[in-house]
Amino acid sequence: MRLTIIALAVTLATPALAQQPVDATRANTAIQSAFPTAPAEWASRLTGDETMQQCSAARNSAAKDIAAAIQKREQATILYPTDNNFIGDWRRGEALAQSGYGLRFTDYPPRQVNGGNCYACHQLTKAEVSYGTLGPSLSEYGKLRDYKPEAVKAAYEKIYDSHAALPCSTMPRFGANQVLTIEQIKDAVALLMSPDSPVNTGK
Amino acid sequence: MVRTMVAAALALIAFASLARAQDADTEKAIEKYRQMLRQDPWSNPGLLDVDRGETLWTTPRGPQNVTLEQCDLGKGPGKVDGAFAELPRYFADAGRVMDLETRLLWCMEKLQGFDAAELTKKPHPAGGQPVRELGAIATYVANKSMGLKYAAKLTEPHEQDAVALGENLFYRRSGPFDFACATCHSQSGLRIRLQGLPFLAEKKAAAKVIGEWPAYRVSTTNVMTMQNRLYDCYWQMRMPELQLGSDVSVALIAFLTKQAEGGEIAAPGLKR
Ligand code: HEC
Ligand code: HEC
Repeated sequence: MRLTIIALAVTLATPALAQQPVDATRANTAIQSAFPTAPAEWASRLTGDETMQQCSAARNSAAKDIAAAIQKREQATILYPTDNNFIGDWRRGEALAQSGYGLRFTDYPPRQVNGGNCYACHQLTKAEVSYGTLGPSLSEYGKLRDYKPEAVKAAYEKIYDSHAALPCSTMPRFGANQVLTIEQIKDAVALLMSPDSPVNTGK
Repeated sequence: MVRTMVAAALALIAFASLARAQDADTEKAIEKYRQMLRQDPWSNPGLLDVDRGETLWTTPRGPQNVTLEQCDLGKGPGKVDGAFAELPRYFADAGRVMDLETRLLWCMEKLQGFDAAELTKKPHPAGGQPVRELGAIATYVANKSMGLKYAAKLTEPHEQDAVALGENLFYRRSGPFDFACATCHSQSGLRIRLQGLPFLAEKKAAAKVIGEWPAYRVSTTNVMTMQNRLYDCYWQMRMPELQLGSDVSVALIAFLTKQAEGGEIAAPGLKR
């Protein structure tokens, strides 16, 4: 059976364009001409950075050495709050977790601050039942981790640059890609790690 | 009788769509509505666009003041029946692979003398009238393959190249959120907020949904085409406006059609 398939594939293969893997240049050329209204400062949205290119090429399961290189590169992007305080205001954190505003071509000129849209992918508070399932539930996130300082720092780093902990993560790199500010990331950390946040009180 | 039930179902869907928390109810209401459509296909509001599209197809228009009846959709000039089921395909006269909408745009330019750039300048969904007209014509042509199975061959070298490019693009991350089509469409049973995400990386799942495009969308009460759908997904990806008829959209449609091989065409379908 397998042999027949291979035989068939060989017969179908034509020497010209067929069967050639699409190289990066080919895809780049197509992308460049498909978005003619892109402003010049959006050039990087079309090409993507090295991490995106590596994750795309590997369809998100990068080989060990590439994964290690990605992790190292992404860890180096993380900027920390100067006072080493990682916890902001969970109320503002809840607001940005709800908001998907920002960076779409219909969002210019900006009318409000960017959101993190965490609920698109995560369960957080019990009260919000409209949550997505692309990411794990973050319900009781801090409580389950005893609010440990290492866990607080890890949450900050995860939100700042998801690939620093898991190369080729599905989650956006909110800090590294300047979707959220350091202050906003602290607010998101507060939502996850404050004992009085509804994520932890179950309200 | 069925028609009153359909009206009631539509009202229910519209109501449920208002409240996000009731998206599961919307899904149920839409499923019920689909069942009613099977009993009485004539109550599909998307059919208004089929009629409008047929009129546009047979009306002399554009600077040349001719109809589209000499447009060759791949089976010869003016042959509409079953043409959609064999698209996308390579067109020697244009020297490129084209999906239905891209081909229609080409005919509107070459036969009727429209300026394609002008027609697509205001793309969906804010929608200039020209693109809406193109959408209605596409809905008419797709409907003329109703019940057929996707039979696009996609074996000619340019066609194979388009499928391969489309597959590459499906996994390509772009934009400040690092999203690729695969981010949202490569697993089964996931949702974004409460919206179910179609599992397009899997052939069986793709075959179920792709043949329903163009589709009547309850949330916008408009027929949306496949080119428009992709434009919208790129919008979510924080990408710029996708050019209608670009190699990227044609390649993605070629890939999705290949994924949906053997699926049945049921256009216009119904989506949330
Ligand atoms: C597009 C989907 C998506 C969005 C949007 C998203 N995440 Fe995630 N997130 C994921 C996925 C998938 C994982 C699991 C894989 C991983 O760890 O990278 C994850 C993991 C996490 C983790 C680690 C969980 C653990 O097991 O310790 C935290 C914390 C987190 N996300 C917080 C957030 C916050 C806060 C936001 C919003 C500012 C957010 N996420 C937005 C997809 C997303
Ligand atoms: C951030 C998430 C996200 C990304 C990234 C995304 N999509 Fe989608 N896509 C959706 C959602 C949500 C829907 C369903 C919308 C609805 O139900 O109204 C959808 C619907 C579709 C459909 C219609 C399928 C059906 O059910 O009939 C197609 C086709 C599609 N997307 C293709 C793509 C392609 C191709 C890309 C990449 C260029 C892409 N999507 C990127 C979220 C996404």
